Amino acid sequence: VVEVSQADVVVNLLIFLMASFLGTELIRHVSRLLHTPLMSLTNAISSVSIVAALIVMVGPKNDFILTLVTVAVALAATNIVSGFMITDRILRLFRRRQTK
Amino acid sequence: MTELPAEYLYVLSIVLFILSLRWMSEVKTSRLGNWSATAGMAIAILSTLVAFQIQRTDLLVGAALVGTVLGTPIALKVPMTAVPQRTAMSHAFGSLAVALVGAAEYYQDLPKINLFTVSVLSAEMILGFLTFTGSCVAFAKLQGLIPGRPFVYRGRNVVSLSTLGAAVAMGVYLALNPTQEFVLPIMAGLALLFGLLLVLAIGGADMPTVIAILNSYAGISAAALGFVLDNKVLIVAGALDGSSGFILAVIMSKAMNRSFANVLFGGVGSRITAGTTGTAQAARSVQAYTPEDVATVLEDARSVIVVPGYGMAVAQAQHVVKELADVLQRRGIDVKYAIHPVAGRMPGHMNVVLADAQVPYEQLWEMDRVNPLFPEADVAIVVGANDVTNPAARTKADSPLYGMPILDVDKARTVVFFKRSTRPGFSGVDNELFYLPNTMMVFGDAKEVLTELVASLKRRGGSRQKV
Repeated sequence: VVEVSQADVVVNLLIFLMASFLGTELIRHVSRLLHTPLMSLTNAISSVSIVAALIVMVGPKNDFILTLVTVAVALAATNIVSGFMITDRILRLFRRRQTK
Repeated sequence: MTELPAEYLYVLSIVLFILSLRWMSEVKTSRLGNWSATAGMAIAILSTLVAFQIQRTDLLVGAALVGTVLGTPIALKVPMTAVPQRTAMSHAFGSLAVALVGAAEYYQDLPKINLFTVSVLSAEMILGFLTFTGSCVAFAKLQGLIPGRPFVYRGRNVVSLSTLGAAVAMGVYLALNPTQEFVLPIMAGLALLFGLLLVLAIGGADMPTVIAILNSYAGISAAALGFVLDNKVLIVAGALDGSSGFILAVIMSKAMNRSFANVLFGGVGSRITAGTTGTAQAARSVQAYTPEDVATVLEDARSVIVVPGYGMAVAQAQHVVKELADVLQRRGIDVKYAIHPVAGRMPGHMNVVLADAQVPYEQLWEMDRVNPLFPEADVAIVVGANDVTNPAARTKADSPLYGMPILDVDKARTVVFFKRSTRPGFSGVDNELFYLPNTMMVFGDAKEVLTELVASLKRRGGSRQKV
């Protein structure tokens, strides 16, 4: 059981807001050309939720909880593997230039 | 609480994630960006595994194997035209994972669970579950498993919103009575139902916005999980994903001159158009031309702008479009591609499809940059696009498209419009462009007609005399 104090919540809320502002600014500067790979990339990044699944997997109280998080790990792992690979595949397409 | 070394390593992966988005800003550094995020992910996972000793390594390895075995073929085999489906599917996987971890965390913390944790977990589960079914429906629509047109019925918004309201009410009840375990499945069921109803009522061409919104939701729910577990890397990664989806959704809905609410609840594209436009059409005549006629016009052109749309991807015509461009360029004709922000089924979709057909990205022009060039273009070639070229958006105040930024195709000297049939576009609005005197309509399957056109141009041989 994770004990989260009120001070932690405030700090986390600040981190969340800062990261959202930063994210907004960074995304604004992404070329429209790359919006599709950007989406597959950020989706892979958000699958860092696998970390949460792993933490719960350490000491599950019963098999039901263990099942839930194991499925979650498999789903997130699928996203991570396919997300980064397909992003690279898409980005490689953009590197080709026509020889004039 | 997390072990201290892991906390420092989490900071490192946060930095790598942020740098990754920064490097995604331009093509030159974009692959580095992807590698940076991959490294950030590896560090986050490995430091977690080292800090926390998981007993059931069999299950861990099994789950990782399943992920690799499922994920690899998806990444390597999916054609670029189907990337929107893949994206919808990954939103479904990601949001389901987050929702399941949320449920697991709730059961794990019982009965000593505090108000804050239950509240955040409830919100996170509602968001996760609705994103899951919403993304599944989006996937099914994009894959053509179910019809792309919106499923609408009277009072659908009342039904959808009361479903959401009931889910939220269950969440509040659970937060106040955390030990009432039976509430969780009911709340989850309502959220799942709402996601289903929400996206069923949205049409195929609105998918760019919908996918972006679902992307945002998946990120926010991941961040919520970070609050519960006091895990910074989850909070930051979730916030980055959430803001990315949000910005893309804003760009998409601006490009359609519509609000989020209108996209989500408007049911646009559902109108039956046979009645009204049928009579209007009879009064006006459309000039149908053959590929041979088009070849004659193109022979004398100096600059050509190609306007691709989702129909091009459906007909798998991107390769023959590239071939046409090659033939024209060999004749010394300048060729550009004009990309409308909502062309295709997800943000940036057309760029990816054309890049896959080996179109150099320097030839892909964004709407704002290319619009001033249409008046100087000899020929504009529209392939598989429709609503984004309709001049009614500029001129007719009573048109549903009015106010939507469009590609100024009609300003080109000649417009060649490839079209499967005379049916109106997604919005159900007749396209003014068809009836302009400088428009040449060519009917038929885009791929076949374009192949004929290329063949005709090749037969004519010899490059145009430079003046």
